[in-house]
Amino acid sequence: MKQYRLQVMVCAGTGCVSNHSFELKEALDREIKKHNLQNETEVVYTGCNGFCGAGPIVVVQPDGIFYQLLKVTDIPHLVEEHLLKGRPVKKNLYTPPAEKTPIPKMADIPFFSDQTLIALRNRGMIDPEKIDDYIARGGYKALAKVLTSMKPDEVMSEIKASGLRGRGGGGFPTGVKWETCKKAHGDTKYVICNADEGDPGAFMDRSIIEGDPHAVIEGMIIGAYAIENVHQGYIYVRMEYPLAIKRFQIAIQQAREYGLLGKNIFAKGFDFDLDVRRGAGAFVCGESTALMASIEGRPGEPRAKYIHTVEKGLWDCPTCLNNVETWVNVPQIILKGAKWFSSVGTGDVSIDPWGGSKGTKVFSLAGKVNNTGLVEVPMGISLGDIVYKIGGGIREGKKFKAVQTGGPSGGFIPESMLDIPVDYEELTKIGSMMGSGGMVVCDEENCMVDMAKYFLKFTQEESCGKCIPCREGTKRMLDILERITIGEGTEEDLLLLEELSNMIVESSLCALGGSAPNPVLTTLKYFREEYEAHVKNKKCPAKICRQLLTYTIDQKICLEIGHGCGVCKKNCPDAAIIGERKTVHYIDPVKCGKCGACYDVCNFNAIIIE
Amino acid sequence: MPRLKIEDLDKIADQQRRKMTVREGGGKAKITVHMGTCGIAAGARNIMSTFLKEIEAHNAHDVILTTSACAGLCSREPMATVELAGQAPVKYVDLTEEKAKKIFASHVLQGKLVQDYALSIGSERIQ
Amino acid sequence: MELNVQQKAEEIVNRWNCAPSNVIEMMHDIQNEFNYLPKELLYEISNKVNVPIAKIYNIATFYNAFSLKPKGRHRVHVCMGTPCHALGAPRVVSAIERELGIKCGDTTPDMKYSLDICGCVGTCGLAPVVIIGDDLFGPIKVDGVPRLLKKYESK
Repeated sequence: MKQYRLQVMVCAGTGCVSNHSFELKEALDREIKKHNLQNETEVVYTGCNGFCGAGPIVVVQPDGIFYQLLKVTDIPHLVEEHLLKGRPVKKNLYTPPAEKTPIPKMADIPFFSDQTLIALRNRGMIDPEKIDDYIARGGYKALAKVLTSMKPDEVMSEIKASGLRGRGGGGFPTGVKWETCKKAHGDTKYVICNADEGDPGAFMDRSIIEGDPHAVIEGMIIGAYAIENVHQGYIYVRMEYPLAIKRFQIAIQQAREYGLLGKNIFAKGFDFDLDVRRGAGAFVCGESTALMASIEGRPGEPRAKYIHTVEKGLWDCPTCLNNVETWVNVPQIILKGAKWFSSVGTGDVSIDPWGGSKGTKVFSLAGKVNNTGLVEVPMGISLGDIVYKIGGGIREGKKFKAVQTGGPSGGFIPESMLDIPVDYEELTKIGSMMGSGGMVVCDEENCMVDMAKYFLKFTQEESCGKCIPCREGTKRMLDILERITIGEGTEEDLLLLEELSNMIVESSLCALGGSAPNPVLTTLKYFREEYEAHVKNKKCPAKICRQLLTYTIDQKICLEIGHGCGVCKKNCPDAAIIGERKTVHYIDPVKCGKCGACYDVCNFNAIIIE
Repeated sequence: MPRLKIEDLDKIADQQRRKMTVREGGGKAKITVHMGTCGIAAGARNIMSTFLKEIEAHNAHDVILTTSACAGLCSREPMATVELAGQAPVKYVDLTEEKAKKIFASHVLQGKLVQDYALSIGSERIQ
Repeated sequence: MELNVQQKAEEIVNRWNCAPSNVIEMMHDIQNEFNYLPKELLYEISNKVNVPIAKIYNIATFYNAFSLKPKGRHRVHVCMGTPCHALGAPRVVSAIERELGIKCGDTTPDMKYSLDICGCVGTCGLAPVVIIGDDLFGPIKVDGVPRLLKKYESK
């Protein structure tokens, strides 16, 4: 067996790949050969490291030196200096915003050091396309333990005792779900992994699958064993994640070759196999009944859940569906025990499974924060810690306005509530929800009415159209919001919005409709003054809603710096800009359609918006 | 690939252990070869290869081998620092392949310092 | 290129065991290969798998992934995830519209480009994100749009 002294870990998550990490590896291999280091150094692809804003990322082990924003042209110098001479290259290291000294070691960077890894334990450590790497980190040990020394009921009680709850958003206790499925009548049952991560701004599942697909598979085999009578499972991945689909297919193939999927696993007489199904770009398919309809080859329309899917799900058989992150936690709970898992988090789940939030939660932190990426934190940490300690605060020193959790089903949380702990119940209490873990930070330059409109537009477009409250109600709400953002809103509209919201919440068929008004309700509650500025003063304080702005040209800048370049005139669709080349340009306020094209195209920031 | 038996998991993990020790940055001993320009000129590459060969030969999964820049004592190159977990690092100077092998066998594997080649125990700390 | 409908349909249907429940997967394969769903192929699949053509059209119009109209050679998608929206994706869409001279959802007359918006692609660290064919780009600024499209000018 070949022994290398250095392992160069090249991140091959979607983000880094789009920033040319494959080319980086080629350059690394080439330079390493040039310095005759190929017998000492191995270059390895890893899954997503979660610090996507800093990509492409390369980590040099054993010292854990973290390189960011690398270019192919940086590689020759890096190989000679670091890999040969052992001197980390300063200019490619990570330097925290507003600081001067770089932090060379990955483990010392606050973004990473403040995290607790369970679901992401293998991130950056293994090549996701090599099953042996996963096994080397203790992979499939939990499966071996379950099949040799645990009865299905014992597995079940362990999961129940751990307090694990659904990571897809609802927070339903996993053990309770498994048990109900187990008790349901039927000789054929199914398990499903929901990887239809449709929440915009959420990419936890993508990252987990790309980085550690075998952990999901192992979790599902264990689940199938515990529930009993389950011999087939499905992984439903949205088609927007082509790399995740590919990694799953490779992983399933490898597991089959090793006999970890298929007949008679580990020669213990247990059969189970898995298949991948591709989503087709419908958000509603993240809802369990819609997802199952889609696997059956039908349009993904939800049905009323008088009978739950654990009783009658896929092809009317009892079906247990869990989210990617939920499944990934399972092998760790089996290996380290329920006690270990429940020592992290809030509340007490020993009597009431809803009594607390245990373990960790992965969030994708994005928007106007300095460090965008994936963070795994213990339940109970405050929102403020996530945004400021791990996220490194707001970009460009701007002022924080809100953090949006839970995607289109969640709400906006204002600054005054940043100290509440992250926990299923706490977030629901203030009108938001845990959701699958998207966390989008907004600063003073984001208009809350516009953001609410954005989400409503999203749910309205994604509404499957089966039930009227969701189909028509969200449409009417969107109409009102459109009116408000073009300056035609009235104060009564705000009351009507609230009334409609409550009606939709109460009467929608599925959770997509039932939670669709949350972004509007929370912004109305916490940022009402912004709505009022739109309807009373016809102003958008954040200068986002274009129809409420007036556009003028700063004459001095236009003439002296831009020399009357005329780009704005060329791009104005309304022919509202007057002026010859090399002279000052003006905007005719009567003709101006307020589209903002001039503002976008001006290279000298001469367009003033008020 | 054959179907796995349960005991195969440990075998695979064992084969991969070396790789994982390097990635996890753990290990019971760490050897640092000083590879400044002077070090390379004095033959540090050879010393590095010798250590690597020893690690392979002894299947020493938990020994980490790294490089660092010039240690500032160019006249005594090639140099290496051996650091056992929980102990002060020891600097060795004027290394040759033979000396490297001996240091590996005695200090790294058995924890017995090779006094004759050692320059100092402990090292300066940078803040 | 003459399309042998019979043969193609046969190939795709067999890949998915001729199972009616795999119709969506078959349609994915067609969409990936032709950039849209040619009518003749859908009819052929309908016959072979024994799923009414009305049901296939129901699926094709329900899911965003499928298009019944031919699309351009380079499919330009602008991600509409929340971070992309917050960081100015709508302005990127307008900029591409201006550059290509088409509206979002349309295809250029020479069948070279089509412009659509799409759901979050999960690379929020790179927001705002534009996807052209299989390539993903980000962060894209409004003034970077002409340069971005230029890369595909000769392809």
